[in-house]
Parts: sequence; C-alpha cells; structure tokens
Amino acid sequence: MARDSSVREGIRAALPLLLPTFLLGASFGVLAQPVMGSLAPIVMSVVVFSGAAQFAALSVLAAGGAAGAAIVAGVLMNLRFLPMGFAIGPSLPGRAAARAAQGQTIVDASFVMASRGDGSFDRGRLFGATAVQAAAWWSGTALGVLVGPSLPDPQTLGLDAIFPAFYLALLVAEAHGRRALLAAAIGAAVTAALMPFAPVGVPVIVACLGALVGLRRA
Amino acid sequence: MSAVWITVVALCVANAALKAAGPVMVGGRRLSGRAASVIALVAPALLASLVVYETLNTDGRGIQIDARLVGVAAAAAALALKRSILVVVTVAALATALTRAIA
Repeated sequence: MARDSSVREGIRAALPLLLPTFLLGASFGVLAQPVMGSLAPIVMSVVVFSGAAQFAALSVLAAGGAAGAAIVAGVLMNLRFLPMGFAIGPSLPGRAAARAAQGQTIVDASFVMASRGDGSFDRGRLFGATAVQAAAWWSGTALGVLVGPSLPDPQTLGLDAIFPAFYLALLVAEAHGRRALLAAAIGAAVTAALMPFAPVGVPVIVACLGALVGLRRA
Repeated sequence: MSAVWITVVALCVANAALKAAGPVMVGGRRLSGRAASVIALVAPALLASLVVYETLNTDGRGIQIDARLVGVAAAAAALALKRSILVVVTVAALATALTRAIA
C-alpha cells in the first residue's frame, strides 16, 4: 500500500485545483449536454477523466464531426500519457494488472506533484492528488449537465488562467539546477514553435523530448 | 451505437491503454543512472510546455494571445514575491477576469 501520509500530501498539494477543476468540469457539462445528452457527458468524465481530451472530442462532435474525428482529436490530446507512463512506470510496484490500474491515476498535475526530482515518483502523492481532481471533475460535470447554462462562465471569472498559473508555480518549485531549467526552456520553446501548425496535443508530446538533456553528463 | 457513445467508449479504451503501457512494460524496474536523469527531467519539460500551451491555445491549432497572458504574468510576479500557490492562482484568475472586464 502507498503510505497514508504521502496520500495526504498529494491531497493537500492538489487542493488549489479543487474549485477550478470543479468549475471546468461544470463548463464541460454545460457545453456537452446539448450535443451528447445528459448521461454520456457524465459517463465520459468518469471513464475518460481527461479535460483536454474531452473538450477536444466535444468540439469535433459539436461541429457535426464524425466519431472517428472526435476520437482522433481526443487520443492526440492524451498521447502525452505514453511518455509520462514510461517515466513513472518504474515507481509503480506489483503485478502487471496492478501496475496498469495504478497507471490510470496519471494526470498532468498529479504526475508532477508525485515527481521526486531524481527520476522516482511517490505513488501515494499521485493517488491523493488525482483523487481530489477526480472528485471535482466528476461532480462538476454532473452539476453542469443538470443545472445548465445558468452557471457562471469560467472565462468571465478568469479560471482558464488558473491552470497555466498553477503549472508555472509547480515549475518554479520543481525546476532546480541547470539541466532542469534547460529541459523546461526546450519544452516551452518547442511548444510555442509547434503550436501554430501542429495538430492539437502534438506540441506537448514533442516538448517531453526536452527531457533528453538528461543524457548529457551533469 | 451513436457517434457519441462510440467516442466515449473508444476514448476510454485508448486512454486506459496509453496510461497502462508504461507501467506494464517498465513497472517496478531498477533504472540506470542515465534513464533516471532523463525521467527526472520529463516533469520540468512537460510543465513548461503546459504553461505555454494553456496560456496560448485555441480550440484548434494556432495561437491566441488574450487575457490569460496577463493572468500568467501576474502569477509570475506573485511567484517572484514568493507568495503561496493559492495566492498565485487567485492572482492569476483575478488579473485575467479584470482584463476581460475592462477590455
């Protein structure tokens, strides 16, 4: 079992994301209900549990696109979980099925908050941080579907700036040393360079290659 | 099955497979020193990428400069002043909302 204390650490670290994730989930519910009906958005938030992929797929469906195009958009957004899974894999113990199950808790903020900075990850923090975001995302989606457009618009409240600000705060806390700063600089530059023409999601995956500066001698 | 449910089921399966692949293939292994130093740098590279992406993204491909940039700049200022993460994200939301209200 993961240690209770590190699960609690993960929960505490993710608390600033509770309200923004809840409201973003609500806005997904509000936008998805007219396109997908009432049940599908809630089921999707539970079984897919990825804001980026869900919004990407929804925007294709809302524009009258086919399921195939919506699936491609959603999968592209989530391809980054592949390199993230290989990074965190060695820190997840147990049989293959147990490791696969633990891998389902990988999401961006939790992945970073679980990183110890030496190549290993604290899975208790991963689980705790993801639990907070899952509870907020699921209940937010349900509220959005049920209450509908009378909810406040997250953009009016500036909530869409919370996620980049949160990631920036984590970056400042985590990126110590020249190699980490170099990896971050490469990640940011690659993303900005690819965004104007690469399909959604791709810039973030390619940016992970910035980690290859780890091959240089310290 | 409708397009909506096909999308939900396919994304559920694809997502689970993407997240499971790494843990299943390299789970519980001891890492060489070089592998560990590459893996340690995935988090900063990913974070920096997400900061840029979430500040500038649009619905499709392309870049959009809007009030989010003001919010993230305000967050950077709060970080430079060593404020807590809760203060940093609140400042970001307020600055963004204010910019939108004025503009």
